[in-house]
Amino acid sequence: MNKSVDNLSKIKRSLTRRNRAEARFQWYGRVAIFIGLAAVAVLFIDIIGKGHGAFQATYINLNVSYDQELLGIENLSDPEQLVMGNWDALPKLALREKFTDVSGRRDKRRLYGLLSNGAGFDLKDRLLANPQLLNTTESIWLLADDDIDTYYKSWLDGEAYAARLSDKQVVWIDQLHEQGLIHLQLNSNLFTRGDSREPEQAGIRGAVMGSLLTLVLTLMLSFPIGVSAAIYLEEFAPKNKWTDFIEVNINNLAAVPSIIFGLLGLAIFINFFHVPRSVPIVGGLVLTLMTLPTIIITSRAAVKSVPPSIREAALGMGASKFQMVLHHVLPLALPGMLTGAIIGMAQALGETAPLLMIGMVAFIVDIPGSFTDPATVLPVQIFLWADSPERAFIEKTSAAIMVLLTFLIIMNTSAVWLRKRLERRW
Amino acid sequence: MQATNILILLFGFGALAFYLGRGRSLAIAAPLGGIRKLHSLPSYYGMHTAFWCALPSLILLALWMIFDEPVINSIVIGAAATDIAPSDTASYNLLLNKIGNLADGVLPRAGQSGSLIAAADHMIYLREISRWSLTLLALVFSAAGLFLGLSRIASGFRARPAVEKVMQNLLLACACLAIFTTLGIVLSVLFESIQFFRSVPVTDFVFGLDWSPQTAIREDQVGSSGSFGAVPLFVGTLLVSAVAMVVAVPIGLMSAIYLAEYASKRVRTVAKPALEVLAGIPTVVYGFFAALTVAPFLRDLGSSFGLTVSSESALAAGGVMGVMIIPFISSLADDVITAVPQSMRDGSLAMGATHSETVRRVVIPAALPGIVGGIMLAVSRAIGETMIVVMAAGMAAKLTANPLDSVTTVTVQIVTLLTGDQEFDSPKTLAAFALGLMLFIVTLLLNIFALHIVKKYREQYE
Repeated sequence: MNKSVDNLSKIKRSLTRRNRAEARFQWYGRVAIFIGLAAVAVLFIDIIGKGHGAFQATYINLNVSYDQELLGIENLSDPEQLVMGNWDALPKLALREKFTDVSGRRDKRRLYGLLSNGAGFDLKDRLLANPQLLNTTESIWLLADDDIDTYYKSWLDGEAYAARLSDKQVVWIDQLHEQGLIHLQLNSNLFTRGDSREPEQAGIRGAVMGSLLTLVLTLMLSFPIGVSAAIYLEEFAPKNKWTDFIEVNINNLAAVPSIIFGLLGLAIFINFFHVPRSVPIVGGLVLTLMTLPTIIITSRAAVKSVPPSIREAALGMGASKFQMVLHHVLPLALPGMLTGAIIGMAQALGETAPLLMIGMVAFIVDIPGSFTDPATVLPVQIFLWADSPERAFIEKTSAAIMVLLTFLIIMNTSAVWLRKRLERRW
Repeated sequence: MQATNILILLFGFGALAFYLGRGRSLAIAAPLGGIRKLHSLPSYYGMHTAFWCALPSLILLALWMIFDEPVINSIVIGAAATDIAPSDTASYNLLLNKIGNLADGVLPRAGQSGSLIAAADHMIYLREISRWSLTLLALVFSAAGLFLGLSRIASGFRARPAVEKVMQNLLLACACLAIFTTLGIVLSVLFESIQFFRSVPVTDFVFGLDWSPQTAIREDQVGSSGSFGAVPLFVGTLLVSAVAMVVAVPIGLMSAIYLAEYASKRVRTVAKPALEVLAGIPTVVYGFFAALTVAPFLRDLGSSFGLTVSSESALAAGGVMGVMIIPFISSLADDVITAVPQSMRDGSLAMGATHSETVRRVVIPAALPGIVGGIMLAVSRAIGETMIVVMAAGMAAKLTANPLDSVTTVTVQIVTLLTGDQEFDSPKTLAAFALGLMLFIVTLLLNIFALHIVKKYREQYE
């Protein structure tokens, strides 16, 4: 009697212990998922928190007089004179007129430092677009320097970062703010300009164009080749050593580190075939080789999912094997293949390491217009900006990351949508 | 741009040939009583003619583009005046570059020696000849192909099998590209590595403890003899990967178990894609995050505990890399866990085991080979990962096992060695290829082994 009670309490105790272990185990799982999701959240919040400011830029309102004598220009249509024109004098004069009490070389230099050193060229573009402005005065918003921009934004947020500013500059900005002559407005430069050493003038247009050109080439090459390879392997390949060898190669290439593809591009395309460095052609070729395994593998899965009855029906109607594939299997497998292609392109869009190897890290100001122009791509631009010492580039980098992530999210959701919408369940 | 024009022209000719071939087959069929008298459909005759017209010229074009430049170069150098004749490979390349730049007009002609200008003119002349002969030959080939193709069309001609044969070979060629890529990787990396190992012995490279790849530019320069002992790099790579695995394996595995065994369908449909987001984020973004957010945070955290954490610590780079790898492990583990037959779980539960006991004692052991394979694939990912370590890990090679210290990795060194401006043949750049070879071999072995395990395991329960 006593013994069985003892056993019962023993079992009860062990049951409580085991149930506690069960609950603990479930909590480990919940915590693991929570950590993963928290990592996603922290990453996005951090990037957005750092980068949202870059979509606005600080502008200062000044009265600019387009004085012909000051510019030293007689004829606006003469390009040589335009190049020689003293454009920087316009914003400088406007600043001196605004703050008449500033004297001394050092103070003047600080005063000029309020504006971006590209302000003069902006005025030149404006004058060329509106020649009637010559010898008139107008009130215009001019782009501020990146240090001013950083200070003004941080000051608006309540924790001023004035480390790179002199006391006088802080006072000037206060004065401007009281008069309502300094404000934030949409930073169109970010989307319309190429790279620059000056953070306030730097934009991602060049990098976006470079990415676009590279991706177009990658898609044009990798999609047809990948689909052909998948069709061959699924429909035509005899089961032999050679086919096995091809399969082993594809599976291994899918797992080879991307930087190795960069070494391949450097050794084969650049040093052997003498394709010029830094151009979208090389980038496209390297990314093609890199994304091919992904596209082949997903395309094969798509071909495989077409039921054999369709093939048999086509063959039964007297179609040749090729007709069966081209007229029936390919159209049915195409949505799956497209999904794979989009995923492969998203992978290519975010890839950085192999492009560093083939010289797409150059500092390129001009916006590329063709496959043979030197270019950089969005992720490489992010890498370059992240390496820059200027504080203002942190904001720019985060903004560029936001743009890149937006593209990726669009591509991936459209892949998911496509799969849900078009893929047929048999 | 000549080649592009020829390419467009050839496609135009191909289209023309298609219509001519198709029309001719119809013309042949009409007196015989319609197209049912033909062996194949008219469009196959068109395709057949188009292939004859375009393919030989395309092959010619490809071969020409490959061999054009080397042939011209060797002729130019061979015919160059003796006073500029090169003595070794380095000066050969230099001379060739100079002549090429002169011919392109990049280098101003003023002030160059007469024989150089003569060679440049020779090069321009040869290029002109090559361009015109290519155009001419391509046109002749496609015209000849067109007539040959048209002449072969007859009512009994089996056009469809012929066309399909060609197309099947094209498909085969596409599939073989994977082999050529692998071959290209192996050859390019191996070739440069062999050159490197000629100047630096293999044993020094694999077992050497000192890595400072700065080689002297001048002979008498002090302190930069360049030593290529890669052990610190291997240790650094392993350290960063180990940190990454410590983060990724428990989190990835536990979330996979929870999602596969416990989570309701609703949680699963939300949490699984949300975790997969981590896999879609580009590595350069992780690098930025590691360098600008995680590393300063860890440094401040460390100093508040009185620890000195380097601002380029292996912990920051490895930790963020681990976060990147979480979805990789969790989705692979999820696959193998769901592949374990339900009957095994039912058996265990029927014996009175709790759910977690079933998972730990039955499901995990059954899924272990697949999980191990997945982890090995993840390790190979971590070893080959580049951008996070380039941005967040250090540059200086240090032989240490302290994750709070800064280390450098194989991939970081490949990038730093190859992104500067330097001669292509210097040991410094060649060392990058030797490191690439090591990386390729290690990841290849890991991948083959892991894929083998995963495949074998999958077959076991299918």
